[in-house]
Amino acid sequence: MRIGVMVCHCGNNIAATVDVEAVAAAAREFPDVVYATDHMYACSDPGQKTLEQTIRDLKLDGVVVASCSPRMHELTFRRAVERAGLNRYMFEMANIREHVAWISLDRKRNTQKATDLVRMAVEKLRVDRPLTAKSFDVQKRVLIVGGGVAGIQAALDCADGGLDVVLVERKSSIGGIMSKLDKTFPTVDCSVCVLGPKMVDAGQNPRITLHMLSEVEEVSGYVGNFEVKVRKHTTYVDWTKCTGCGACEEKCPSRKVPDAFNENVSLTTAIGIPFPQATPKRATINAEHCLRLTKGKCGVCEKICPTGAIDYDLKDEVVTEKVGAIIAATGLNLFDHRKCGEYGAGRYPDVVTSLAYERMLSASGPTAGHIKRPSDGAEPKTVVFIACVGSRDRSLGRPYCSNFCCMYTAKQAILTRDHIPDSKAYVFYMDIRANGKGYEEFVRRAQEEYGVEYVRGRVAQVYPKDGKLIVRGTDTLLGQQVEVPADLVVLAVGVEAAKGAPELAEKLRISYDAYGFFMESHPKLRPVETNTVGVFLAGACQGPKDIPASVAQASAAAGKVLALLSKDKLESDPQIAQVATNRCIGCGKCERTCPFGAIRMRELRDGSKRAEVVETVCQGCGICSVTCPVRAIQLQHFTDSQLLAEVNALCRIWDETTES
Amino acid sequence: MKATLGYYPGCSQSGTAAEYDISTRACCKALGIGLTDVPDWTCCGSTPAHTVDHHLSGALAARNLLQAEAAGLDRVATPCPSCLAALKTADARLADETYRAEVERLLGRPGPGPVECVSVLQVLYEQVGAGGIQKHVKRPLAGLRVAPYYGCIMNRPPGLMLFDDPENPVAMDEILAACGATIVDFPFKTECCGAAFGMPRLDMLQRLSARILDMAQSCGADCVVVACPLCQMNLDLRRGQVNAASGQDIRMPVPYFTQLLGLALGLPEADLRLDKLVLPLAPALEAAHLREQACERAREAGHAAKTTGGKPDGAPAKEDASCA
Repeated sequence: MRIGVMVCHCGNNIAATVDVEAVAAAAREFPDVVYATDHMYACSDPGQKTLEQTIRDLKLDGVVVASCSPRMHELTFRRAVERAGLNRYMFEMANIREHVAWISLDRKRNTQKATDLVRMAVEKLRVDRPLTAKSFDVQKRVLIVGGGVAGIQAALDCADGGLDVVLVERKSSIGGIMSKLDKTFPTVDCSVCVLGPKMVDAGQNPRITLHMLSEVEEVSGYVGNFEVKVRKHTTYVDWTKCTGCGACEEKCPSRKVPDAFNENVSLTTAIGIPFPQATPKRATINAEHCLRLTKGKCGVCEKICPTGAIDYDLKDEVVTEKVGAIIAATGLNLFDHRKCGEYGAGRYPDVVTSLAYERMLSASGPTAGHIKRPSDGAEPKTVVFIACVGSRDRSLGRPYCSNFCCMYTAKQAILTRDHIPDSKAYVFYMDIRANGKGYEEFVRRAQEEYGVEYVRGRVAQVYPKDGKLIVRGTDTLLGQQVEVPADLVVLAVGVEAAKGAPELAEKLRISYDAYGFFMESHPKLRPVETNTVGVFLAGACQGPKDIPASVAQASAAAGKVLALLSKDKLESDPQIAQVATNRCIGCGKCERTCPFGAIRMRELRDGSKRAEVVETVCQGCGICSVTCPVRAIQLQHFTDSQLLAEVNALCRIWDETTES
Repeated sequence: MKATLGYYPGCSQSGTAAEYDISTRACCKALGIGLTDVPDWTCCGSTPAHTVDHHLSGALAARNLLQAEAAGLDRVATPCPSCLAALKTADARLADETYRAEVERLLGRPGPGPVECVSVLQVLYEQVGAGGIQKHVKRPLAGLRVAPYYGCIMNRPPGLMLFDDPENPVAMDEILAACGATIVDFPFKTECCGAAFGMPRLDMLQRLSARILDMAQSCGADCVVVACPLCQMNLDLRRGQVNAASGQDIRMPVPYFTQLLGLALGLPEADLRLDKLVLPLAPALEAAHLREQACERAREAGHAAKTTGGKPDGAPAKEDASCA
């Protein structure tokens, strides 16, 4: 066998702490190595050209590149090797950047370790075998989890591109948080007026199937062929019959149900439609408060419904959807303001969250667009906004900026001055982060045109006195304590990951950060992909994001899905388990340990059993091969002999160094 | 079985706040909590030590922790939040090797191992609890409207004190409610009274203490109940100075929570030393008594009205609400 080795400088990334020339020189002495060199950037075009040319000129059978992590450039070099006429699996990569150069400054020992890693790669390559990928059919459908503005946008774009879309939403209507907003910044557009047409489109598009009150229960399969079990929680209303007339809502006697859509500012009924633009416009029974379902009495809605859609015996349903790709667009939750005891949140009724205030501003909200204090219904003349509640606060475990609170606070302050011209609005802030298009100008308008008082400083305490809420804080520009007697205090609550986000991430086998936000594959260059092929991200599930950013990412995710599913067949990874049938004793242990259900037992003509790998389902994790008592199952490209070659190389090196 | 609970009185409690010490001991005895004094205890360092030298303040507190350790006490309670902060801070900082070395140099001997320090309030709240206290109450403080004032350091910094809500503490509220008192919704539970600034900046103390008293008054409290000897001194002994600065004449008394607890437990005056308060508690108790009697009458009238079939008129119902 003829092996070539290329050691990369990676500019100074590797060369600063590893003597790459010494590594190349040492590699020339390894068995079967006929050529070894170093290169400034192996991944660059000249680097790859050199590699290809050397393979042809020296008639090499395999190549080792010692450079960065295989996650960066394994594919780059595999393609280069293939272009030069070799099988792409006759290539090994030694990671001497992340595993060596970046973690130690000791040049001598770094050089030794880099040499050891190259030796291991060479020994493995000596027993590597060419592998060939197989192709498989793909499902030209996409499942989108979350029906907020990101999910809707992704659904519409995918449907436009000719894909069938399954949209799974936890609530009874799509629209998400944007449907709750009164206006959007910086244009002060009516939020639901701009979102409404998209919601209608999503509801009417024949390519889009909506699963409402639904959650993803289980995900199996792989890119191109995912199988997703979706639990559809029962609505107790047959939606095929319900016309959304609202008669049930009018007659329901259970009228003290906290209205979740209105952020519990007001009360609603146990059956109903959350808001006028709800899509689909269908009634749902809140089982917790329904008198019929909790006490067995009532049944008014059943009698009143003109189409007989009410059915108290309806049960949850689990449907299985086969899709080729998945987009997670599960959005965000708001910070629980009750954790901030100093603001009296949860204790004083006139301390409200920004979203509750948004509902009060909305014409279709609980106060019909008239701002009223929750305590006595009076119109507030002084409204104080406190920014960064649950954002940029390490003591609350929320060190990050929530991205859009500065802007919605400016918008709400403007709207306050608009609704109540003789009112005063104060904003207590840390910094103003207005870095979008037209955002800074918008904040300026709030300050200059609308006369909103911006006070730079934190609020220490909010307390009631003589019918007012006294907001006590500092003005760090004046270097003084200030007290503002307010009628209403609005807390600009920050962003948290959506409830259940980590659990969903586990089901989708994608990564999430310490706060529950889903991790993109690369923060700069792969912002919508995840580390699981075929699963993409859109919107605030990946991190705090405002509407335009969420919509942009949703369209980007849709573009990625359309590109992926534009192919009729995808190539499978040949690095999967393979059964040596003549060795298999049919014990079935591998079948029981496989976490993906990728192994089944096949009966031979003589009645004995043998394990068989379902190639498209196998993820190449290797659990079966360590389970097999007779070493009949081997993971391709990571066989026992290949791994042992590496281990032996390492031990031999270890022996040599300890002896000397 | 249960380890013995050490007791560290602190200097204030052997002087200006002797009534806090006396009533604390009496209440604990009545509620079955055994206290073993830390033998030969000395000053914790208090505010003067930590304002000039963190190692010295650590050594002063650590000496007391050593005394406790030598007496076999691994849990020490103190009534004073400032002593508690000093002891807890020293205990936490001693985990740092360099800090420990310097403290040990000052002490001239090895420093103490970890000792758990708690407030008497925490012991009463967690070990006996509101329910346990209620069982022992002989003379409920019915009608007495109290503003529980915790001071700024009883629960803070939260990471060190690890007790109750740092913004809205409730331990004293629940204990006093168990004693039958009415708790007013007092927003200044953890505001600063001015603390030791009475000496260098009296004006600051006057402003801060006046705010607290003013708020308690506007909440309709009969008294401000405290758990800190310095708060008590500022709000009670310095009342003349505070009133003079604010131009008000607030006569509201400022008892320790242990004094009111002792009162409810039916302990004799010798165990409470209410006579040591500058502003007498008696008028507040009298006002509460009269209010309670009025409520009683209103309830009877309401009851009578109901039994005779007539609707109770608005007045008694309103009275009832304020009795609740």
